[in-house]
Amino acid sequence: MLDALARFGRHGMVALERFGRAHLLFLQIVAGITSLLPRPGLLVTQTYSVGVRTLVIVTVSGLFVGMVLGLQGYYVLSQFAAEDSLGVMVAASLVRELGPVVTALLFAGRAGSALTAEIGLMKATEQLSGLEMMAVDPVRRILTPRFFAGLISMPVLAALFSAIGALGGYFVGVGLLGVDDGAFWSQMQAKIDWNEDVINGVIKSLVFGLVCTWIALFQGYDSVPTSEGVSRATTRTVVHSALAVLVLDFVLTAMMFGE
Amino acid sequence: MSGHSGSAETPIVKIRGLHFAHGSRVIFDGIDIDIPRGRVTAIMGPSGTGKTTLLKLIGGQLRPDAGSIEVDGIDVHRLSRRALFQLRMRMGMLFQSGALLTDIDVFENVAYPLREHTDLPESMIRVLVLMKLEAVGLRGAHDLMPAELSGGMARRVALARAIALDPMMVMYDEPFTGQDPISMGVLAKLIRRLNDAVQITSVLVSHDVEETSAIADLIYVISGGKVVEQGTPDQLSISTSDQVRQFMRGLPDGPMRFHYEAPPLVEELLGPGRKP
Repeated sequence: MLDALARFGRHGMVALERFGRAHLLFLQIVAGITSLLPRPGLLVTQTYSVGVRTLVIVTVSGLFVGMVLGLQGYYVLSQFAAEDSLGVMVAASLVRELGPVVTALLFAGRAGSALTAEIGLMKATEQLSGLEMMAVDPVRRILTPRFFAGLISMPVLAALFSAIGALGGYFVGVGLLGVDDGAFWSQMQAKIDWNEDVINGVIKSLVFGLVCTWIALFQGYDSVPTSEGVSRATTRTVVHSALAVLVLDFVLTAMMFGE
Repeated sequence: MSGHSGSAETPIVKIRGLHFAHGSRVIFDGIDIDIPRGRVTAIMGPSGTGKTTLLKLIGGQLRPDAGSIEVDGIDVHRLSRRALFQLRMRMGMLFQSGALLTDIDVFENVAYPLREHTDLPESMIRVLVLMKLEAVGLRGAHDLMPAELSGGMARRVALARAIALDPMMVMYDEPFTGQDPISMGVLAKLIRRLNDAVQITSVLVSHDVEETSAIADLIYVISGGKVVEQGTPDQLSISTSDQVRQFMRGLPDGPMRFHYEAPPLVEELLGPGRKP
């Protein structure tokens, strides 16, 4: 009994220490923003790598998610003769929830895992130590540009996901199932609120971008510098990011839309 | 960059009472080492004795549990991060793997410290990089990516990068490991030539007795957390120490054990605690 308690305590201490290290790294990364100012090219390169290269998976997924929403929404709404509200349903689902959440999950799988593997391999091949010995701070030079690239990319990707998703819903609802074209767009325009829906969606995607990129960078930087260590760190990035996104989504939704 | 603050007689690296442990495993148990200026000093010993750890301690990447390490009269582990980085700009290090940045080509790898720490115009950087690459015989490879280089070439590029800022001291971590005889010979001559041509200090960590003895002025042999012998290669070759003789001649039996500590083989295979 005491042994089990001691083991539990030890695991708790290790987890707490790791949590503390992650926060210290976060502060170092954010403090490194000053090093980006004289070298904006670093941010541009990383935004391309983190954001632009995630575009394909995000836009294709957005299209299909929107099409499924169009189909499911039509079948539910038609039972109440409310097909004209399909545009609102599709847009609200996308902007409030699916856009930020699904984009964050895709981002963690595509860009997050790539970031962890890249940083972990740089550690394993002594590139980070090499930078240290060249008097170059690897946190400022390698991690900070990637962090801000993730932070910038996520809201843009989520917005694109929602926009393409709305087009997917339009294609299925109006193009295939015969919902009125004007009603689809005008109801969407009338019922989607800028602050309540759009801004809240952007806030969510910013928070998800911050958390997913932070997790990815920490896991890479803190990984055991072996092939197995990097592999485990990459898996942890995807799992921890997905859990963090879903938990945070509940918390943020309760704060934003709760009574 | 290579300005020295000490005189030629004072050692460039002074290690006193160094203790360092990885968990419960003691790596250094109170060692004293003086590395003279302008010479090639080799730190030798069997694998796992902490030779690379020693370089990391000198470079300030690890902190000792006790004792002090002074580089050019400055206690490395009492420095602020900024001051440590200032000191590192006067030190070069050649990693065992080369540690080249894999997303940029050879030219950019060598230019990297120049771009980071100087405001030199592009034309000057080009001249300096090509000169450093010429010194290691790889000027013609300046547009190759690190993945296109052989192990020996990668280390020569890393050496060009390590001397890009004209440091006062270069540390070499196992430069000969995994090299073919030609690359090994070329690297050994290169280290000696660079040392003599620009009067830098070279600290060489290696377990290649022949190549290292050919170029080193002074050798420290480390084993079991202690310095077991020091002297010129000639002095070590006639050393009466059993440990030094075993290491320098590559003998399997002697005070340095080949086998990791374990219970007797018969007991493990046939004893009561054996696994089915």
